[in-house]
Amino acid sequence: MSEVAKKEIRVQPICSGTVIDHITAGQALNVLKILGITGTSWGIVSILINAPSSYGKKDVVKIEGRELVSSEVDKISLISPGATINIIRDYDVQEKNQVGIPSHVEGVVKCINPNCISNSNEPIESKFDVNTREGKIELRCGYCERVICENIADHLL
Amino acid sequence: MSFEHMHIISMKEFTRDMIDHVLEVAEEMEPIARSKSGSDLLKGKVLGVLFFEPSTRTRMSFEAAMMRLGGEVLSLGSVDASSVAKGETLADTIRVVAGYSNAIVLRHPMEGAARLASEFSTVPILNAGDGAGHHPTQTFLDLYTIKRESHLEGLKIALAGDLKYGRTVHSLCYALSFYGAEITLVSPPELSMPSEIIEDLKKKNIKVIEADSIEDAIQYVEVLYMTRIQKERFPDPAEYQKVANRLQITPEVLKNAKENLRIMHPLPRTNEITPRVDETPHASYFDQSFYGVPIRMALLCLVMGVFE
Repeated sequence: MSEVAKKEIRVQPICSGTVIDHITAGQALNVLKILGITGTSWGIVSILINAPSSYGKKDVVKIEGRELVSSEVDKISLISPGATINIIRDYDVQEKNQVGIPSHVEGVVKCINPNCISNSNEPIESKFDVNTREGKIELRCGYCERVICENIADHLL
Repeated sequence: MSFEHMHIISMKEFTRDMIDHVLEVAEEMEPIARSKSGSDLLKGKVLGVLFFEPSTRTRMSFEAAMMRLGGEVLSLGSVDASSVAKGETLADTIRVVAGYSNAIVLRHPMEGAARLASEFSTVPILNAGDGAGHHPTQTFLDLYTIKRESHLEGLKIALAGDLKYGRTVHSLCYALSFYGAEITLVSPPELSMPSEIIEDLKKKNIKVIEADSIEDAIQYVEVLYMTRIQKERFPDPAEYQKVANRLQITPEVLKNAKENLRIMHPLPRTNEITPRVDETPHASYFDQSFYGVPIRMALLCLVMGVFE
């Protein structure tokens, strides 16, 4: 049996929707968290964790019946900058794009500074400017200016 | 250049031209602050004063600035006696007070509070300190003191004391980088300037020298900026005492100082500068606290649109 055939057995192709491929291994559940997809969301969601790929291991998320728009998807670049987004219609890949790094995110990450006003009971969402430094993503809090540059997934809201 | 409706949150939002303009307006204000006869430039205007943390100089100099210009001051008073004690959010407090005033001066214990306030306020917010964050009006008054008592361009300055946690010195360093300063740092190793700030300064072609003692630095600097070393930063009281003694300014330490040396301190001081230094021509820290009035007069007039 070929490699392709083996993959197809793991997760069936979807008729229409979005396939997020090449997610950094182990980050699939965080991707769902960022996208706001919970167990009570409608539609079928398939998740592959630690799937073999030509670059080692990867995660894959397939969301049936929903085409994600780039502003939703770009947020996952914070934890998986190499992910690709495939829009599927009638079993065909209609669009394939690499996630873009947004310049700004709101309501996705919690500031690591316990004394930041965004961690109090104020009626605001956290906000961060996104920068890349030497290939790594850095988030600067829009309120206290504290920078998060490591383990961003640990600080997801 | 118009500052009308501008929020004063952090020095990072100011260009050199903007800083120069504020300092020029402060010079126009200084005779009013000194004459004590007052003016009516801000007559009919109300300044909301929201201090969620204690303060002497900052609060009083803002109030003095407003009063000397004929304006009124509306104070939150004690936090315990306000709706804040009932759990009101800062956002709501700001929206309410903005309805009563032409500008709001805010001190708050949490970082980012002034930025948040600016998002909810219909009137300018002047940040008077947000936790360990920014305190831009202090930096403006430091720059103004240096301009009046020494010179800003190519200044040789030593910063001494707690250079790690002192937000005042961090912000002053960045502001001085506009003017091509040579900065000497004197601090105990546990309270030294964060390396990322030193790197940033070097990238801006600022000469940074790390000196072992104040005596070394004092021979060539024109301004010595002292900061308070807080006892609680040291787990061992004996270690604190040792450091405090080593960084103390006395007339004897000043023996080899340049004639034009000016000593600054944001105050309050503890033992960093002995009272005997007050009588020397080098002491500028009480002038510095006075300069808080003209600089805050300037900022109030600018954000309220009295001056362009």
